[in-house]
Amino acid sequence: MNNLLLIAYLDLKESIRANWFMIYSLVFGGLIALFFIAGITESQVMGFSGLSRLLLMYIQVTIIILPIFILITTVRSISGDRDSHILEYMLSFPISLKQYYWGKVFGRFITVFLPVFMAMVIAMIYGVFKGTDVPWGIFFLYTGLLFSMSSAFLGIAFFISSLVKSSEMALGISFFVWIVLLAFIDIALISLMLQNRMSEGLIITLALLNPMEVFRVAAISLFDPELTVMGPVAFYILDRFSQGAFVALSIIYPMMLGVIFATLGYRVFRKKDLV
Amino acid sequence: MIEIEDLSKRFGKTISLDHVTMALNQGDAVALMGANGAGKTTLIRLILGYYHPSSGRVRIAGCDPIKERIDILKRVSFVPQLPPPIKLSLSELIAYVCKSSGVDEGLIGHYADEMKLDMAPNLHKSFFKLSGGMKQKLLIAISLAKQSQIMIYDEPTANLDPKARDDFYRLLQDCEQDKLALFVTHRIEEVEAIVNRKIYMDLGKVVSDEVC
Repeated sequence: MNNLLLIAYLDLKESIRANWFMIYSLVFGGLIALFFIAGITESQVMGFSGLSRLLLMYIQVTIIILPIFILITTVRSISGDRDSHILEYMLSFPISLKQYYWGKVFGRFITVFLPVFMAMVIAMIYGVFKGTDVPWGIFFLYTGLLFSMSSAFLGIAFFISSLVKSSEMALGISFFVWIVLLAFIDIALISLMLQNRMSEGLIITLALLNPMEVFRVAAISLFDPELTVMGPVAFYILDRFSQGAFVALSIIYPMMLGVIFATLGYRVFRKKDLV
Repeated sequence: MIEIEDLSKRFGKTISLDHVTMALNQGDAVALMGANGAGKTTLIRLILGYYHPSSGRVRIAGCDPIKERIDILKRVSFVPQLPPPIKLSLSELIAYVCKSSGVDEGLIGHYADEMKLDMAPNLHKSFFKLSGGMKQKLLIAISLAKQSQIMIYDEPTANLDPKARDDFYRLLQDCEQDKLALFVTHRIEEVEAIVNRKIYMDLGKVVSDEVC
């Protein structure tokens, strides 16, 4: 356990010093700052104003950029160390593979989740300071969703990182995964349905398997379920599920997906040649 | 101490190590030589438990280096040919070594001094930002401070100037008694004075094994 925490701590320190972490933090922190500067909190769209509107904007942008940020920054964690022979040296010390791998996962999770979460916290603090009403319900839901989505993509990234030998290949696969999942949110699903006359059950299943779509539908589920901007699949899902059940699913499912992929990644890491 | 029985390693259709059998004993100081692609690094990686053998087996003090890697690696010091671009600072790397292996930090400092490496002004620098020679000196200091029964050096002096090489071989002579030292090298004249066994490899096989 001590070695696991040691690896996590060192990975965290190493990541915080890295250029990618600075850009990553600036992007999410900058988004919040930009929304404030642009006067998002002062505007009102479809009944939403103030911090609720800001959080809605933030989460909609996050749906697109958070997965790819997590994938490209994490996917080289194991494969990059393998490429550069860092793994060969670091694993010449008596650290179990379990401690090394899960220590890396744990350290990297804190690195990717904290800036996204802190950007929201800063928005809340600024909102309180300006005397705006704080939408705690939305804040906690989005915290849960971001935690869950971070877990899902971190798990997928570690799986890819363990599976492939070169970091370039790992990077290529992560882009592919992101594009496929992005394509399979509402609009592409509908195109599929129309072109191939697929059954609605299959379409909905595909939507529910996609952590990005689950995140998106849960994020907008607090709003009027008849909004046309949601897209037909989201509308269908929200019409079928109770809101509480779907929110619970949208937090539990991606988290489980992350744990499953990270565990599969560990099994691959343990079974394959290490360098 | 290290028993290698009928050990082979394939990568796809390429045979890197071809039915190698050997025993390396306590007190052996072995020069492992051979052309590029002879299988030296593959053999070392199998000993360290990085590779799964295609056939045959490796035992270190009776233990499997893959299944009992922690027990094995407590007994082994390793210095790679090229220092890897570790992004940790020196103090973080030393903390990693000390906490994971129970190495005395003072002893690393002692061997660093002996290798003429001034660590104090560089402790907060990233390891990869040091010069090649400084990196190699630190890895050597760590390997000696670990006081392992088995010391594996893959071309350890590749980045060192002649003075630093002399320091390294002097320290090694003090440390290697009753231990097993394995040197991968292309320059036999450098290690001639400290080895008592020479193993030549070619195309994944042991072609000669001489006791000096």
